[in-house]
Amino acid sequence: MKPAPFAYRRPATLPEALELLAAEPDAKVLAGGQSLVPLLSMRLAAPGLLVDLNSLPDLGEINVAPDGVRVGALVRHADLLASAEARRVQPLLAMALAHVAHATIRNRGTTVGSIVHADASAEMPAVLSLLGGSVTAESASGSRTIPAGELFVGPLESSLRPDEVATSAFFPALPPDTGVGFDEVARRHGDYALCGVAAQVRVVDGAVAAASAGYLSVADVPTVVDLTEALGGAVTDASLAAAGEAALEHLDPAADIHATAAYRAQLVRVLTARVLRAAYADATTEGGSEA
Amino acid sequence: MSEEQHDVRLVVNGVTREIRVPARRLLSDALRHDLGLTGTHVGCEHGVCGACTILVDGRPMRACLMLAVSAEGAELTTVEGLTEPDGSLSPVQQAFAECHGLQCGFCTPGFLTTITAGLRENPHPTHDEAREMVGGNLCRCTGYQNIVKAVERAAAITAETAAAVAETAETPEGAAR
Ligand SMILES: Cc1cc2nc3c(=O)[nH]c(=O)nc-3n(C[C@H](O)[C@H](O)[C@H](O)COP(=O)(O)OP(=O)(O)OC[C@H]3O[C@@H](n4cnc5c(N)ncnc54)[C@H](O)[C@@H]3O)c2cc1C
Ligand code: FES
Ligand code: FES
Repeated sequence: MKPAPFAYRRPATLPEALELLAAEPDAKVLAGGQSLVPLLSMRLAAPGLLVDLNSLPDLGEINVAPDGVRVGALVRHADLLASAEARRVQPLLAMALAHVAHATIRNRGTTVGSIVHADASAEMPAVLSLLGGSVTAESASGSRTIPAGELFVGPLESSLRPDEVATSAFFPALPPDTGVGFDEVARRHGDYALCGVAAQVRVVDGAVAAASAGYLSVADVPTVVDLTEALGGAVTDASLAAAGEAALEHLDPAADIHATAAYRAQLVRVLTARVLRAAYADATTEGGSEA
Repeated sequence: MSEEQHDVRLVVNGVTREIRVPARRLLSDALRHDLGLTGTHVGCEHGVCGACTILVDGRPMRACLMLAVSAEGAELTTVEGLTEPDGSLSPVQQAFAECHGLQCGFCTPGFLTTITAGLRENPHPTHDEAREMVGGNLCRCTGYQNIVKAVERAAAITAETAAAVAETAETPEGAAR
């Protein structure tokens, strides 16, 4: 359980980091290491070179603007969770982050690292997908913005190239008349979820104008389902049940040692109803998600 | 070809230490093998059990999920650094002893560091918060009840000590000093 040998560089500037990555195809980026170090120790990953981002300036910033929250690559989950500013502009961030691992892991692991690690059972990839956010990637050959819809291409596989550094992720702000909710079921709080659901609901004059949900742990990639039609404008027991069934058509709950496929499907039904109800309440309460 | 070695400077329990290690040396192994600080225990070595938890710049982190090279310049506190300067037990350590919060003691260093930082952030945890504080650490012996009691007892000891200090300061002799 010890990593295989690798070369290690800790560049002081981003261009230096990008050059190292461009020159060594067998390089990997190290951020918080909360996913990568276990993979190294178990020798499931054996890169030739590790490029440690932890000395790069400016990547530790959380920029909150009226249109959304931009999270730098060295922002730890714990810092984003603690940001009252970020919570005000997009309350779903803190709701979901509270379920990302345990506090000790959140102190080191980065939100951007979790997104580009692209684990379908991780919370923040599903949140980024639901909100229609994006990741900014830089390489020696330039910069590009990857929309969440094009980022997650397979299990633990993102469309980020090996020579790219994801410098930030952008989460759009909560739009007007909209509420959000998050819930998941895990064996223990802080463990990876058996199933998790993030939802946003827009309510106009008491009626549901739009509703969608992002799912984790019940498909190969974080999956967003539009549930507007299934709800038919209202939040009732019947419409919520219909939403759960509609979601299942787009998901593929699998069995493992923790849960059967049927149990995961049942969690989809129960959590879809619970989270849509919460998001609807959030949209319709005075002061909304400030609470 | 021999493996490249890196010079790493760590501030461990207030003392600057220099080590020369390959990049793949885990911080937990650097503490135990290179620095001889065997109080930090290694259970799972993949982030799940919490036995290796130390404080990095004051925040609890898994030493088994960090590379020693990546901790260059960081201020680390291990279980060896928790005792008071005069060698007496810290409130958390005292509470573990009083509440029978350990049996074999393998998990204990990770609990002590986690709770020390947890109580700094939240000095008066509710029962649920006390449980949540230790939710990321595994113990095979105690069944956790006495560990949760120790969290609450440590908070009480800290509060009592602070009150006693305040009282001394209020008495004329205390104020005069
Ligand atoms: C015990 C345990 C429980 C956990 N539970 C959960 C959980 O419930 N939910 C959850 O979501 N996560 C969980 N995690 C994972 C945690 O959230 C990690 O922080 C996260 O997956 C990865 O972030 P990191 O900064 O640690 O990335 P690293 O481990 O450093 O990197 C992960 C991968 O992403 C790449 N990478 C990282 N940052 C960048 C970047 N800026 N640009 C390009 N590539 C990059 C690396 O090369 C590597 O391939 C858990 C981890 C542990 C150890
Ligand atoms: S040894 Fe580090 S968490 Fe188990
Ligand atoms: S006291 Fe033995 S593992 Fe916790």
